[in-house]
Amino acid sequence: MSGVRVFVGTRKGAFILTSDGKRQRWDISGPHFGGWEIYHMKASPADPNRIYVSQTSGWFGQVIQRSDDGGKTWHQPGTPPGEPTTTPQGWPKGESNKFVYDTSAETGAPLTTHQWYDGTQHPWEFKRVWHIEPSLSDPDTVYAGVEDAALFRTTDGARNWHEIAGLRGHGTGPKWQPGAGGMGLHTILLDKSNPQRIFIAISAAGAFRTDDGGKTWKPINRGLRAEYTPDPTPEVGFCVHDMVTHPARPGVLFMQLHQGGGVFRSDNAGDQWTEVKGNLPTDFGFPIEIHAHEPETIYVVPMNPFLRVPIDGQLKVWRSRTGGHEWEPLTKGLPQENCYVNVLRDAMAADSLDKCGIYFGTTGGQVYASADSGDSWQPIVRDLPAVLSVEAQTLP
Amino acid sequence: MIRVVLPYHLRALAQVGGEVEIAVAGRVTQRSVLDALEARYPMLRGTIRDHVTQQRRPMLRFFACQDDLSHESPDAPLPEAVTLGTEPFWIIGAIAGG
Repeated sequence: MSGVRVFVGTRKGAFILTSDGKRQRWDISGPHFGGWEIYHMKASPADPNRIYVSQTSGWFGQVIQRSDDGGKTWHQPGTPPGEPTTTPQGWPKGESNKFVYDTSAETGAPLTTHQWYDGTQHPWEFKRVWHIEPSLSDPDTVYAGVEDAALFRTTDGARNWHEIAGLRGHGTGPKWQPGAGGMGLHTILLDKSNPQRIFIAISAAGAFRTDDGGKTWKPINRGLRAEYTPDPTPEVGFCVHDMVTHPARPGVLFMQLHQGGGVFRSDNAGDQWTEVKGNLPTDFGFPIEIHAHEPETIYVVPMNPFLRVPIDGQLKVWRSRTGGHEWEPLTKGLPQENCYVNVLRDAMAADSLDKCGIYFGTTGGQVYASADSGDSWQPIVRDLPAVLSVEAQTLP
Repeated sequence: MIRVVLPYHLRALAQVGGEVEIAVAGRVTQRSVLDALEARYPMLRGTIRDHVTQQRRPMLRFFACQDDLSHESPDAPLPEAVTLGTEPFWIIGAIAGG
């Protein structure tokens, strides 16, 4: 293991932080795609030089960027740099930013509305890509979680995207509703041992699983509690903030749920959840992350549930080495006074170097790194734009 | 040739410096200009008009010859000065946001 790249998506562009295995000195490149919101960027596990980026804007909509050389150059798939952008007949080569919901009768999903804030039904409208999840085995296959919530897939390197319509059409869609940040599909977990199995999570609908490659889906929310809804245990309607699993134990899931819920785990692929918040100071937070080599070691960043800032101005990561229930605060190197930033759901990541590195970014523009599994932290950068996402890529 | 001025971020996406010149076949309208622009610069598809509805994105406006044409029919002819190439067709992003 030679080093690590940390991909940081911010409100004003993307930054790539690179270091060797010691993770003490960092090279910082960026902003890439300056001025655009970078909701997420992630490298392919099958090709370390292949990186995909979700670039979005309230003005200009969605753009997908791709690098084939580890981030040195970028292009929108279908229009490689230096090549003609159209076919000899004048037609565009690709439409990498075209995300159109599949309402065809053939898919069995002619669903067009979900629940709106006022309880009425509202048309599904594509807004942006929240999360990109490259296939574990094929660099040209990528999943995208979008707002309004749906799952898309490309099999040609992001030139064209097609909705996996069975999710939106499986039956509970009319009960899904947006959270304050929109109705986004923000978590996609692939199972290396079973390519037919995918877990996803949506705010505010809940967690779902397919066991047949996306044809059929079912809600997996039993055991979760939403104290802020009239029915605390509905089939769907949960504001899942983040979900994580360990590659060695894909049937074990950990979840950070919205306020009123807390941290949960499932040992049977989501069929049943158990609350494991234990001695955490609050039940509210956004990200949850897992240690690369210890499947029972997980990390969360609890926040004041009403202010969504660190409790008493003290930024603390909490770690459990027992898969929940028992938690310890990690503070060495983190600000312990006057700190009022947030850490968003996709803004925490782990590398898989021998000594696992943990990273997270804040809405104040700091990116913190720990090269010792969270025991101590140092800021890599302090003054980026608000951080939306953090991903760590361990370089071969 | 029809001259088109793009906002900063779309110039970056299309990898062009200043205004662009495009050939438009037939009548010169908003629709035919944007069709030709997107055919020449396909990376702009979906960034000016919605992929499905073909509606102008709400935070963009179209101007020419000092006039706001944003609410004109997309099939209405553009001013003669645009057709002759003496004036550009402006695509302007809202000056808003933080």
